[in-house]
Amino acid sequence: MAASYKNQKLRSSLGVNGTLILICFIWILPTLGVFITSLRNSQDIFSSGWWTVLPHKENIQTQEIILDASVNIDEPMQIEGITATFEELRQSVTLPDGRMLTWYGNKRTRTIIVTEEHWVGFFSKPLTLDNYIDVLTGKEIRFTDAGGNEIIRKGNSLGSAFLNSIAVAVPATIIPILIAAFAAFGFSWLSFPGRGLIFTMVVAILVVPLQISLVPILQDYTKLNLNGTFLGIWLAHTGFGLPLATYLLFNYMSTLPRDLLEAAYMDGASNFTIFTKLILPLSVPALASFAIFQFLWVWNDYLIALVFLGDKNRVVTYALASIVGEKGQDWHLLTSGAFVSMLLPLAVFFALQRFFVRGLLAGSVKG
Amino acid sequence: MQKSQDKSSGNAGILAGLVVALGRILISFFVPVITFLVLWQVFIFLRDSSAPQIVIVLVAIIWGVAGVAILYVVSNWFVEQLPDPWTRRLQPFVYIGPAVVIMGWYLAIPVLRTLVLSFKDEIGVKWIGFDNYIFAFTDRIMLETFRNNLLWMIVGTSFSVGLGLLIAVLSDRTRFESIYKAIIFTPMAISFVGAGVIWKFVYTYKGEGVGIEEIGLLNAVVLALGGQSQPWLSLPPWNNLFLIVIMVWLQTGYAMVVTSSAIKGIPLELLEAARIDGATEVQAFFRITIPYIKGTLITVITTIVIFSLKLFDIVRVMTGGNNGTNVIANEFYLQRFTYGNTGRASAIAIVLLIAVIPVIVNNLREFNKERRAF
Repeated sequence: MAASYKNQKLRSSLGVNGTLILICFIWILPTLGVFITSLRNSQDIFSSGWWTVLPHKENIQTQEIILDASVNIDEPMQIEGITATFEELRQSVTLPDGRMLTWYGNKRTRTIIVTEEHWVGFFSKPLTLDNYIDVLTGKEIRFTDAGGNEIIRKGNSLGSAFLNSIAVAVPATIIPILIAAFAAFGFSWLSFPGRGLIFTMVVAILVVPLQISLVPILQDYTKLNLNGTFLGIWLAHTGFGLPLATYLLFNYMSTLPRDLLEAAYMDGASNFTIFTKLILPLSVPALASFAIFQFLWVWNDYLIALVFLGDKNRVVTYALASIVGEKGQDWHLLTSGAFVSMLLPLAVFFALQRFFVRGLLAGSVKG
Repeated sequence: MQKSQDKSSGNAGILAGLVVALGRILISFFVPVITFLVLWQVFIFLRDSSAPQIVIVLVAIIWGVAGVAILYVVSNWFVEQLPDPWTRRLQPFVYIGPAVVIMGWYLAIPVLRTLVLSFKDEIGVKWIGFDNYIFAFTDRIMLETFRNNLLWMIVGTSFSVGLGLLIAVLSDRTRFESIYKAIIFTPMAISFVGAGVIWKFVYTYKGEGVGIEEIGLLNAVVLALGGQSQPWLSLPPWNNLFLIVIMVWLQTGYAMVVTSSAIKGIPLELLEAARIDGATEVQAFFRITIPYIKGTLITVITTIVIFSLKLFDIVRVMTGGNNGTNVIANEFYLQRFTYGNTGRASAIAIVLLIAVIPVIVNNLREFNKERRAF
């Protein structure tokens, strides 16, 4: 009785783990494929699937037979001890010893390729980092236009795009947090007329789709000459991130113990001192949650970068997307580029996952 | 509090009130506008300069972050120099002003401006009535995007949430929970563009011919199973489903994490009691787990539905909206940036806004319920 119960439990545990392992396997496979491909030679990438780095059987060419002019290729031919017609050879003929004969190309080539099946071990073809070097440095393209001017275009250098992404993402994370922290403090601890009304507005615009803003803000940016500047995109990310940041930080700050702060007021501390010396340090968990949230959001953003930065200061998502557009079949650049673009967010993500999850749970309402 | 004092002193009080209001507005704008002006000049300079990129990047970061911080300090100092009652009246606006001004500029006011533009022609000059809305609701292109977005919302959301819930429930019973969850969750850190590249490689197609070997995973699997290779991304209407797979791959982790934490909140006694009463695991799941986490599920579903409504990057990168895969946000982009029609683009943006209005109303209602005392 006890044994069968144990058996049943074991079986159900195997079933549960089996299902999960299967799902996880499917989840990893696409990324694994891209990662392995990014390390393969560009010719290998194009001629065989990435899974061929695993041990498998492969037909390897061992010999090339060129028929001399005396052989009539319209009749069955005698080769390597068998008789076969051209049509049969075109479809490949297997010899008794396992070798395979295949006609190469059209009739006139008079060439037969002999292949043998062999086991090929792990990584039979060498792996390389060249793709990463190519995609990081890019090449400068120089050409002369119709008017005789020399034009220099930057190639798809992900290296400089990586720097640009940092220049966008770091301030676009810190600035909204700073502004939102001040605002959340004001909303949760200070009293002033219109406080409830203004905060209700913040809640209302939490899920407003940012497409609403793109047309008018772009008009403003054109007038202010802000298109393509870092400042422009920082402000845009600040504007779009502020409602959620203010909302989350407000929720957090308003739960801080009142008496602690009242004691500080009694001691004659100013609002500014209380904010910087008490509230900010106490809010570090909430600040960290939002920071990693916003950082990933900004780093991975494509739409805002596309609209407000464009070609002037390419960020990684933009650069990667333009490789897709311009060189859609250059898998050696695409795969290594995809990995370069993921490097930093993945590192941040794994290092600070705890905070990220907390942020996700606190507010899943971003617009 | 101060209002009653102000009122009691008659005319002078009204004047003082006006001055206070004016001061509040001024101080709200002070920080953002001055910061903006100073930063702006430097950035125009930076954009046009030819210094090495790394220098520009460093200067930009330090200048931007420090600039904002310093201006808060300065304006706070300024307000603290005023007589006490003035400090009390104005100081809150030093803190909330910049946030309110920026949110107003970037989100609140654009709602009205876009609404106005949606009734104007392509360059935003002439009034043309409802023409843009007639386009937005009846044009063949738009109807196709509506169909596709509906597909994204229904298929994408149900698979993301369903799978996320399944993994959350199953992994809750194993010792390796954290490993499984980490694997499913990781795609959340990846950009949609990056995910697009990953999946484009899975779907890639070379076609038939002597000596051609498929390098895309999906085609290789199909060939191994005896099928024929296909150009998956140009097969309407199925290509939409292949794109939706990417969204499921990205969003399942989110649904899993949030539902998982809700599941962990279910009291163990509740489930134990059900099992003792002879409930099967499936019954326990539908009768106890699901009702218990209903609130969380609704939040997750809403979030993912909004996400699929505004979906842009995946379609833009994978197909550009061709072959019957267009979505609303991509059509918005095309109208504004490819065809240069601000009127139609604005009308499409308003359509998106209308679609999220129920969520906005609900958020406000919940907020008011929670904070009656506000």
